[in-house]
Amino acid sequence: MVYYLALAALLFAIGLFGVMTRRNAIGILMSLELMFNAANINFVAFNQYLGGNGMAGQLFALFVVVVAAAEATVGLAIVLLIYRNWRGVDADNVSIMKW
Amino acid sequence: MEAVQPNVGFVFGLFAAIIITSALLVVTLKNIFHCALALIVCLTGVAGIFVLLHAEFLAAVQVLIYVGAVSVLIIFSVMLTSNLASRRIVQTNQNALVAGFAALIFGAGALLLLKLHDIWPKAGSALPDDNVMTIGKLLMTDYMLPFEVVSVLMLAAMIGAIVLARGERS
Amino acid sequence: MTPYAYIIALLPLFSFLMIVFFLRWKEQVSSLFSISMIVLGWVLSLIVFIETLGRNGAPYESYFYITSFAGINFELGILVDSLTAIMLMVVTTVGACVQIYSVGYMKDDPRYSRFFAYLSLFTFSMLGLVLANNFFMIFIFWELVGLTSYLLISFWFEKKSAADAGKKAFITTRIGDLGFIVGLMMIAFYAGTFNYQGVFAKAAGGQIPAGILTVTAIFVFCGAVGKSAQFPLHVWLPDAMEGPTPVSALIHAATMVAAGVYLVARSMPIFASTADGAMVVATIGLITSFIAASIGLVQNDIKRILAYSTVSQLGYMIMALGLFGHDTALGEESVGYTAGTLHLMTHAFFKGLLFLGAGSVIHAVHTNDIQDMGGLSNKMKITTWTFIIASLSIAGIFPLSGFWSKDEIVATTLHHPVFFIGTLTIAFMTAFYMFRLCFLTFFGKPRDHHRYDHAHESPNVMTYPLVLLAVLSIFAGWWALPWLSHGYSSFVHFGEVKHEGPNYALMLISTIVAVSGITLAYLMYYRRSISAEKAAERFKPIYTFLYNKWYFDELYQKVIIDPIMKIADFMWNFDARVIDGAVNGTAWLTVLWSDIKLWFDVWIVDGAVNGSGWIIRQLGGALRYLQTGSMQFYALFIVVLVVLIAVFKFELVRIDRAWPFLTLVLALGFVALRFYSRLAAERNDGQSGISQEEKS
Repeated sequence: MVYYLALAALLFAIGLFGVMTRRNAIGILMSLELMFNAANINFVAFNQYLGGNGMAGQLFALFVVVVAAAEATVGLAIVLLIYRNWRGVDADNVSIMKW
Repeated sequence: MEAVQPNVGFVFGLFAAIIITSALLVVTLKNIFHCALALIVCLTGVAGIFVLLHAEFLAAVQVLIYVGAVSVLIIFSVMLTSNLASRRIVQTNQNALVAGFAALIFGAGALLLLKLHDIWPKAGSALPDDNVMTIGKLLMTDYMLPFEVVSVLMLAAMIGAIVLARGERS
Repeated sequence: MTPYAYIIALLPLFSFLMIVFFLRWKEQVSSLFSISMIVLGWVLSLIVFIETLGRNGAPYESYFYITSFAGINFELGILVDSLTAIMLMVVTTVGACVQIYSVGYMKDDPRYSRFFAYLSLFTFSMLGLVLANNFFMIFIFWELVGLTSYLLISFWFEKKSAADAGKKAFITTRIGDLGFIVGLMMIAFYAGTFNYQGVFAKAAGGQIPAGILTVTAIFVFCGAVGKSAQFPLHVWLPDAMEGPTPVSALIHAATMVAAGVYLVARSMPIFASTADGAMVVATIGLITSFIAASIGLVQNDIKRILAYSTVSQLGYMIMALGLFGHDTALGEESVGYTAGTLHLMTHAFFKGLLFLGAGSVIHAVHTNDIQDMGGLSNKMKITTWTFIIASLSIAGIFPLSGFWSKDEIVATTLHHPVFFIGTLTIAFMTAFYMFRLCFLTFFGKPRDHHRYDHAHESPNVMTYPLVLLAVLSIFAGWWALPWLSHGYSSFVHFGEVKHEGPNYALMLISTIVAVSGITLAYLMYYRRSISAEKAAERFKPIYTFLYNKWYFDELYQKVIIDPIMKIADFMWNFDARVIDGAVNGTAWLTVLWSDIKLWFDVWIVDGAVNGSGWIIRQLGGALRYLQTGSMQFYALFIVVLVVLIAVFKFELVRIDRAWPFLTLVLALGFVALRFYSRLAAERNDGQSGISQEEKS
């Protein structure tokens, strides 16, 4: 089991790195998807090894997938909007909320 | 299931290698379109991991939703937004150094913790064979409410996406 | 139809609301709508009238209970008996005529629609007043009538005299209403109900002490005194002539002032139980009638003459009703109730006609002064002849309706010599001043040729109502012909049906009186064989006294208004010197104390508040650079913190030795932050260039 967890941890770290470094908003979204998947691997692994006969982990992962899909939909729509307004998808430029 | 058996271990290693490699490609490639393709590979690998973990239904969902729907969505947006898709520009920002350091610490720390706190069981419990049927029943009984809530969420996301992406017609 | 009689009252209300909210901007539509509503109301009234006739005047009552307070039920309901049915007919007939007439008279008025809205509201109030089945409801509509009257009298409120007249009417009637309220409270207290039948049963059954009943009757009568312009509150009615003439016709001749008489007739069971109270009523009626008629002799304003004539005729009715109450209470026979209500009806028709005719004249010559008129009969045929019919009717000439009703009133006074002589005197004066008015206005040589030349007959929309009312003025009284065995007196009666056969001697006397009055006017103002000027000169003190309306206005000014003003002045002075002084002194002390507190507040309290604010502000100023606006930076921040938490959670570093480590991390973080923000700022400076490039 520890291997699965290690895999998930690495995947999460990679995703994290992507989120923090990507300039392209779509890139950030993709990295987020990586992190979701890392979490899902954890859920399923826990379900397998610690969940007894229950399916809670898998169901949770299922919901995560659905919510992630919804998140991706809205996120990409926002990206489109940003693109339309700024003629670009560089997340660094979108900093009108700063001090 | 016992501890990762040789053959299973091999398959696991294969998938793990695919996942890590493609994930790294996702966050480092200069061309965003290539990143999307790498993401598809990575997600397919995760689906494989799910199969190894006896989550066949989830694996199918993973392929259908992620590899099928979300990836297509991402590629569409890439094509819609990136007239720069082919252009080679800097895809990373000034955070790169600090962020790399932080991510490294995070990953290393996580692994270290895994090592230090060795409390993880080697063998899993036996799951019923008809996973899919069980999940279906659970969704319609115990998890009815979350299921419905998620449906509403999906609907809201759909409408929201349409409203946002439509923009003003003037 | 009778159970739904309330619809008659609701129709004008509907028209009022429609005009106010929807039709105001379309003048023709407003007037048409208003008129069609009242004509519809007239038709329904006619049905109700016929049904009531079929029931032989038996009362129909229906109501529903609203609420109860202190054991007294408040109801909303209708009572339809002979009196109600007749009043419904009178109000809707005169109302319809006046509204049609107003189409011509108010043409080109800037507030044309509003005028019709007011007329509708007034009609609603009056019909509600007539239909009410209890004292509480009648009071509500009573006040509504007062309000609309105020609105209509001061309709041309740009004119100060009109606005003043409106106020005068409102305030004067209010004095009477005060008495009415007291009367109502006494009724509620002693009878325990407002319902007519209930109150009357208690009054007739002797369950209320006689003294109390007398006082109650007088207080209720106070309301009638105000509304029907009886002495001593009659002063408002002549001034109310400042309103548009159709208003005068509708309100101050035919209907509203009749409300007082209606109230007395309606409350007759109360008056008929107290001889003293009824005597007061009758006396007031006689005094009023006499005073008003005498003033009417010498006035020159056409509408004022008619106004005083109205007051005088109302006094007649009140007197007849009062005498009836007196006689009945003493167990004697009397025809006063029939006489009063009959005169109420016939008077409504001929006085409405007189006012509309006067309006027609004013419309033609643009003046109210009869000395400036003359010879108009050549130019205004219809107006002249209808006016003369009405004058003959009011003078009491056989066989017009006024004759029959006046004859009945005279018959009522037979057993009271003072009243008998007074009544005949007033009848004489009435005939005289009405024909003085007629001769001066319509006959003789024109005295103002400029006005005469511009005079013309009014449009059809104004003359048709005149003709209709003229017909009614002739025939309405025939219902009460003494030879009829089932005439008016068997329909409207109080107690037993009393039918008196014709009294030919009385008829002869009253006709002689009326004719002699007309003859005197003829001699003085047509043939000029008796000089009016000389007569005026000869009786100068009396003439001046009458011309100045018995100095009532001056008297009220001196006796009531001036003292009130003096007291008010004194009060004002007291207020300004003593009370204001005390108040100001207190205020000065308060201000001083406040200044001290202000100083404390500004320097100590505000200092503390502002000081903490200042500190927060400085902290915020330092920390605001964390808000870089870049989500990715936030993500980085989160990760760093998560790592830190994990470090402590899993005790990778021991907490008691962590201070150097923590300080190091914080210092590093701060330096990184400053560095990062400077970096971001620089990048933003160069940003515009880059994004421009990307765009292209």
